[in-house]
Amino acid sequence: MFQNIPLWPERASTFANNVDALYVFLILVTGFFTLLVFAAVAVFAIKYRQQPGHEATQIEGSYALEATWTLIPFGLFMIMFVWGAAVYMNESQPPKNAMDVFVVGKQWMWKLQHPEGVREINQLHVPVGRDVRLTMISQDVIHSFFVPAFRVKTDVLPGRYTTLWFHAIKTGHFNLFCAEYCGTLHSGMIGEIIVMDPAEYAAWLSGGSSEGSMASNGQKTFNELGCATCHRADTQGRGPNLVGLYGKTVQLDNGSTVVADENYIRESIINPGSKVVSGFKPIMPTFNGIVSEEQLLSLIAYVKSLSQPPPTGTGLKPVTVNAPSAMPGAKKVQ
Amino acid sequence: MATQALTVPVERENYLNAGYGVKSWLLTTDHKRIAILYLISITLMFFIGGFFATMIRLELLTPQGDLMSHDTYNKMFTMHGIVMVFFFLIPSIPATLGNFLIPMMIGAKDLAFPRINLLSWYIYIVSAALMIYVILTGGVDTGWTFYAPFSTTYSNTNVLLAGIAIFINGFSSILTGLNFIVTTHRMRAPGLTWNRLPLFVWSHYATSVIQVLGTPVIAITLALVAIERVWHVGIFDPKVGGDPVLFQHLFWFYSHPAVYIMILPSMAVMSEIITCFSRKRIFGYHFVALASIGIAVLGFLVWAHHLFVAGISAYAALVFSLLSYFVAVPSAIKVFNWTATMYKGSIAMRTPMLYAMGFIGLFTMGGMTGLFLAALGIDAHVTDTYFVIAHFHFIMVGGAVMAYLAGIHFWWPKITGRMYPEAWGKIAAGLVFIGFNLTFLPQFVLGYVGMTRRYHEYKPEFQVLNVLSSAGASILAVGYLLPLVYLLWSLRYGPLAGDNPWAAQGLEWKTASPPPTFNFDETPVVTWEAYDYDQMPKEVPVGS
Repeated sequence: MFQNIPLWPERASTFANNVDALYVFLILVTGFFTLLVFAAVAVFAIKYRQQPGHEATQIEGSYALEATWTLIPFGLFMIMFVWGAAVYMNESQPPKNAMDVFVVGKQWMWKLQHPEGVREINQLHVPVGRDVRLTMISQDVIHSFFVPAFRVKTDVLPGRYTTLWFHAIKTGHFNLFCAEYCGTLHSGMIGEIIVMDPAEYAAWLSGGSSEGSMASNGQKTFNELGCATCHRADTQGRGPNLVGLYGKTVQLDNGSTVVADENYIRESIINPGSKVVSGFKPIMPTFNGIVSEEQLLSLIAYVKSLSQPPPTGTGLKPVTVNAPSAMPGAKKVQ
Repeated sequence: MATQALTVPVERENYLNAGYGVKSWLLTTDHKRIAILYLISITLMFFIGGFFATMIRLELLTPQGDLMSHDTYNKMFTMHGIVMVFFFLIPSIPATLGNFLIPMMIGAKDLAFPRINLLSWYIYIVSAALMIYVILTGGVDTGWTFYAPFSTTYSNTNVLLAGIAIFINGFSSILTGLNFIVTTHRMRAPGLTWNRLPLFVWSHYATSVIQVLGTPVIAITLALVAIERVWHVGIFDPKVGGDPVLFQHLFWFYSHPAVYIMILPSMAVMSEIITCFSRKRIFGYHFVALASIGIAVLGFLVWAHHLFVAGISAYAALVFSLLSYFVAVPSAIKVFNWTATMYKGSIAMRTPMLYAMGFIGLFTMGGMTGLFLAALGIDAHVTDTYFVIAHFHFIMVGGAVMAYLAGIHFWWPKITGRMYPEAWGKIAAGLVFIGFNLTFLPQFVLGYVGMTRRYHEYKPEFQVLNVLSSAGASILAVGYLLPLVYLLWSLRYGPLAGDNPWAAQGLEWKTASPPPTFNFDETPVVTWEAYDYDQMPKEVPVGS
């Protein structure tokens, strides 16, 4: 019967061991103190039960005991806090060279796109042994991207990008759930992460029907919407030059500065008046409702591509994979 | 012949026989009668909320959604949450036991504002009637948390009216809190200093502070939801310029302290019962009293621990994780002090004490699993899963409802003048404890293996644990129905209780059962500390 009762999800990412180790530590510590309290209650209830000739001893209290059961739990709590924080901080900072995937959540499906242009619905193919960073947004209500086998979960918000990253250490199919209640078919907003060998992944990626990379699609949209009229690449137009913009710190006309990340670029398209670059007039019209979340992601991919060294080729290249031995936990790959 | 007249006991005048007829109840300003009105109303709401829970557990017996539609299921868990949180748990102990007992415990004739007390009940009734109307006309499907922009833009159900019901309900809570604060400050009997105050009153005082300070925030939040929903003013929905995370900050700024509104009164009940049935003064009176205040204060500083994966900055998450560990300390202090109170006591195993011991166990487990959730790395994995469901049910059902039942049994003789059947009481307490654990222990495992909350359909590998949980729920249901039957039975057939069947020490036991309308024939003068069990009989007289 017990083989039907799983106690853990599979450990399929580098986070899984960290999270489970902390989980076991917490079970041991809290289990010990819970048993201590249970045992005390049970022993006292039996040993000091009301019976003829037995009388309660009145005890006022004890500062020493109060100090003991304040400070010992407090000390243990601090260990839990630091350990939990360490695991979380690791999860919250995607590595620089991570492979990108873009996620759009909507009632009630997951739409995913690889930078090379391949699109997926409710499925995500990724290579094993590689850092993967998801940049996620919702086009309606709040969703949450949850992969139990990876021990990761991050809410997917409308109007703002959130990120999540993982490093799969095992090939296979793993559950993807929406963890934030999102309406009628919330429990149907599920999918799977398919972790593949790097070579298989490369083959899969090149076999996907692609309409060009996200950046090239972004460039197309950029031209179609006439963005290039003002945001000129060769000379300074009526809008800021976007070449080399991504990741730079931008001086705004109100004196403050902002880092040109995905959220900033998105906001500048949807709500151009909110953060105007110093030296420019707030003349850009809003594209709110004109461009879809997918187009926005492509536009951002295009702007990002303007900051990268000249592309080494327009065709789809096999994905280069870091040496597995450099990856913690990668040795477990079978 | 003539002697027969003598055998008919001359009934002393008490609050129950002081007037008959509907009007004498609906227009009463007697805190004890208002407590009874509340008791009846919240019991009704408890069984309505329980009905929804039953439907949820039945549906989750199988992985497929075969009992009801997706939308119906979503409404079931929404209305279970709304009814249980706002219409049962928050008023439960304060509005019934607190209302009945606080004036008596401090030697007063009534609360400071008897008519406002009645007004609180009417506000509650209006809001509950509105909520029942919402339920009967199709219900709501937002989850009890009303997260935006789902609630403001996307839900097609009657969010507005449900919000108004909860908005109105809040005033009932605020007025009760205000009444308790003023009463505790101004109405204590001569000699009843703060250091002699029963811990029941201390804990209710802390609760009242949260009610008065926190409840307006949920009212504001729901008003903002209504404004966005009706007039499309951009507050929470990014499509019209709002911020959905702002909603969560506002919502939890009330709703996390609200957890302490639910649990502090349970702690109040614990301190009374454990001392009485251990025949002992409380261990560390001042620590228990100040822990209540500590919980009330720190409880306001931890709201964002519900938002660790919701898009707040990692540094904000660090701060709220740390503060969440701070708030665990006073709760731990309380548990240790109650346990130490039993040490070298003379423990009488009566129904209230069984519930109290159950409370210590379940509340400890609820608190311990809270430590998991406060750990950022664990929370990212288990938040919004059944782990969280299990955790807060351990606190709110294993804690608050156990304590509520403990208190109802303990003060039943005082409230009604009659004893409940002790054997049945013990059986029900046992069933509740077993049923509760069977229902909610499997859910911790379910959550860790990845079963998300609010799922109508689930993966087949989660079924065994779900069946265990539903089986436990059926035992729990029997455990809750039994007291309803035997307590009603005891109103007519229970043996007369006498003024102080437990030989308990509080002031409420020094007057008749049921008490006279103005509680005491003359205002008592207090010259002793709370829980001075040295001066009391060494044994609990009734129910062995």
